[in-house]
Amino acid sequence: MADEKPEKKKIDLSRRAMPKQNPWERIKNFDEVALGYRIQTAVEEASRCLQCKKPLCNQGCPVGINIPGFIKHIVEGDYASGVRKIKETNALPAICGRVCPQEEQCEKTCVLGKKEAPIAIGRLERFLADWEAAEGKIEVPPMAAKTGKKVAIVGAGPAGITVANDLIILGHDVTIFEALHECGGVLIYGIPEFRLPKAIVNREVEYVKSLGVKIFRDFVVGKTKTVDRLLEEFDAIFVGSGAGLPWFMEIPGENLNGVYSANEYLTRVNLMKGFRFPEFKTPVKRPSRVAVVGGGNVAMDSARTAIRLGADEVHLVYRRSKAELPARAEEVENAEEEGVILDILTLPVRLIGDEHRWVREIECLKMELGEPDASGRRRPIPIEGSNFRMAFDAVVMAIGNSPNPLIPMTTPGLEINKKGGIVTNPETARSSRPNIWAGGDIVRGAATVISAMGDGRIAAASMHKYLMNQE
Amino acid sequence: MYKVIERRMIVPNLHEFTVEAPAVAESAKPGNFIIVRPDQYGERIPLSVADWDRDTGTVTTIFMQVGGSTARLARLKPGDTIPTFVGPLGKETVIDRFGTVLCVGGCYGIGSIYPIARALKQAGNKVYTLLEARSSFLLYWEDKLAKVSDRTFVITRDGTKGRKGHIDKIPEIMQRAGITPNLVIVNGCTFQMMRVSMITKPLAWKTIVNMNPIMIDGTGMCGVCRLSVGGKTKFACVDGPDFDGHEIDWEEFLARRKSYNPEEVDPLRSSSCRSHY
Repeated sequence: MADEKPEKKKIDLSRRAMPKQNPWERIKNFDEVALGYRIQTAVEEASRCLQCKKPLCNQGCPVGINIPGFIKHIVEGDYASGVRKIKETNALPAICGRVCPQEEQCEKTCVLGKKEAPIAIGRLERFLADWEAAEGKIEVPPMAAKTGKKVAIVGAGPAGITVANDLIILGHDVTIFEALHECGGVLIYGIPEFRLPKAIVNREVEYVKSLGVKIFRDFVVGKTKTVDRLLEEFDAIFVGSGAGLPWFMEIPGENLNGVYSANEYLTRVNLMKGFRFPEFKTPVKRPSRVAVVGGGNVAMDSARTAIRLGADEVHLVYRRSKAELPARAEEVENAEEEGVILDILTLPVRLIGDEHRWVREIECLKMELGEPDASGRRRPIPIEGSNFRMAFDAVVMAIGNSPNPLIPMTTPGLEINKKGGIVTNPETARSSRPNIWAGGDIVRGAATVISAMGDGRIAAASMHKYLMNQE
Repeated sequence: MYKVIERRMIVPNLHEFTVEAPAVAESAKPGNFIIVRPDQYGERIPLSVADWDRDTGTVTTIFMQVGGSTARLARLKPGDTIPTFVGPLGKETVIDRFGTVLCVGGCYGIGSIYPIARALKQAGNKVYTLLEARSSFLLYWEDKLAKVSDRTFVITRDGTKGRKGHIDKIPEIMQRAGITPNLVIVNGCTFQMMRVSMITKPLAWKTIVNMNPIMIDGTGMCGVCRLSVGGKTKFACVDGPDFDGHEIDWEEFLARRKSYNPEEVDPLRSSSCRSHY
């Protein structure tokens, strides 16, 4: 622990490493890869923080966590206050500490990063959340008096849980309707156990329930009841219905057997626990040669899942170069450590099946990088005549998805954009209909957990104003 | 948890399954399906709705026992509970005043064609119902269907009831009865829906089929239920399950449906002896 008035000391530039399971062990299990800081390491890492007077890290956080504030509490050894500080603005620290792309957000602007390595903000956030869980005493924040207003939330994913947390604390009556049989949305069906243990997701869901949030599972808003039917009972609705139909490349052979969308592949394994088939009854194939097409976090999750399911060889097929991979650097590193082979500058043009319609080969083109395109990344250009084939017995398409179509299809008067997402005002997350708000993948298509939570936070503030007739 | 009100084998291997699910009953429409999980380890399996009662809040489906999950459904007794019974999912069958409609049912589809026939009748159509089974002892709900149909026809493979033969006899039966349908709607096994579509195509009888692919979430997220319709990929859970039978790539659909056959049957094996495989 630091002294009252620390002597002016040299800045410690060495960022503390977080222990991980060894690659040769972890490829045989679905347990969490990153093991978290011990107390000693957390305090050492936290002590590196300069406690900037005008911190830049806060600005990089979509939910505006007071980062130097919670880090200071770690240095002081007052972890309970640290947890409280985070929870002022973030209901799901154990999750964000694990899956947020900190290197693109808070850690990107950390002053120490200019010297050598930024503070490991995500790891410290995770440390506090795990400390609180291990203590077993989850604190309930002070709750406002009941307002008598009723709010319905569609989807128990990161956006919906954030809205529920914020609005119940403000005294509103909150009910979540979840389509699947388990809560958590993408945290449950999409992100694998080895990156985000499901026990942690369940813990966070139990927490919002303990605050008084009611949750109905197996309830598909738009189908079981429409949004307009719910509005007969509720004063306001937040739609966080998440991801929808997976995208395919629209190349020949994508409907062959053995070709999966990443959504399907990961849902079989994560939500349905197919990796424990036949104890859990949803089967998942265990092919020996797997190609994953795409370069984002979902692609990494799929490739690393395939490795754990016993594949001999897993290739990641990506059309740009390694520098352009949209996945987090940490996930690419983990994937490579686990033996995933990167086939960069490679574009699938056709999938070839056998006489029983099972995929057997991918035909690809080699690519080269040209001038930067609209995304600022160098455009991949196919090299004429560079076609070649690789043998695979499974292909996972991880190239994104559109927003879920059910609510746009069944809610008249809701403005929808060209990609099928609900149009909202970015400052309020409010839709074209005055008592409907929306956020997360249903607005953005495929986005991140934290941006969905950021939308939820904005929506909750706007909904609160509306419910209290402040506008 | 959802309470099982009734689960009985109505004909060999086909079960009538009624569950208390008031919210589903309230919104159920002909052509919808529900997704059920027999227990906490269970798969999510889609079943077409065959009937519902808004007053008692119950929904009835008919399922065939084929694999591990349906075997576990088949062991449920009234009063048991199941963890998931969610719906109604999918677009409902379009009900309009078409004129003369031929409703074809087979297997579990004899059940799910019933609410379709009933709604078509109420909408003022002339409704003819044709049921197909291997033998007369596999037919059920004939009386229910007769009440909502202008006339009912039966084809059995062994000739124990109605016309002897296959579903291919449809044009002949219709011709003899002097019926030219404006629309044919088929609910049944994939093979039956495919055969009817192939037979009606040269006759230019518009044919709607209620597709039954493998599903997981059933809400437009996972994409496993995709099929090619008119050369385009469609998702049965949100774009269907009803599609124009003349536009479907049936070979692809059949192959995709069979992709988990080994895993479906594996859990049923109680012996590891090779000769039992």
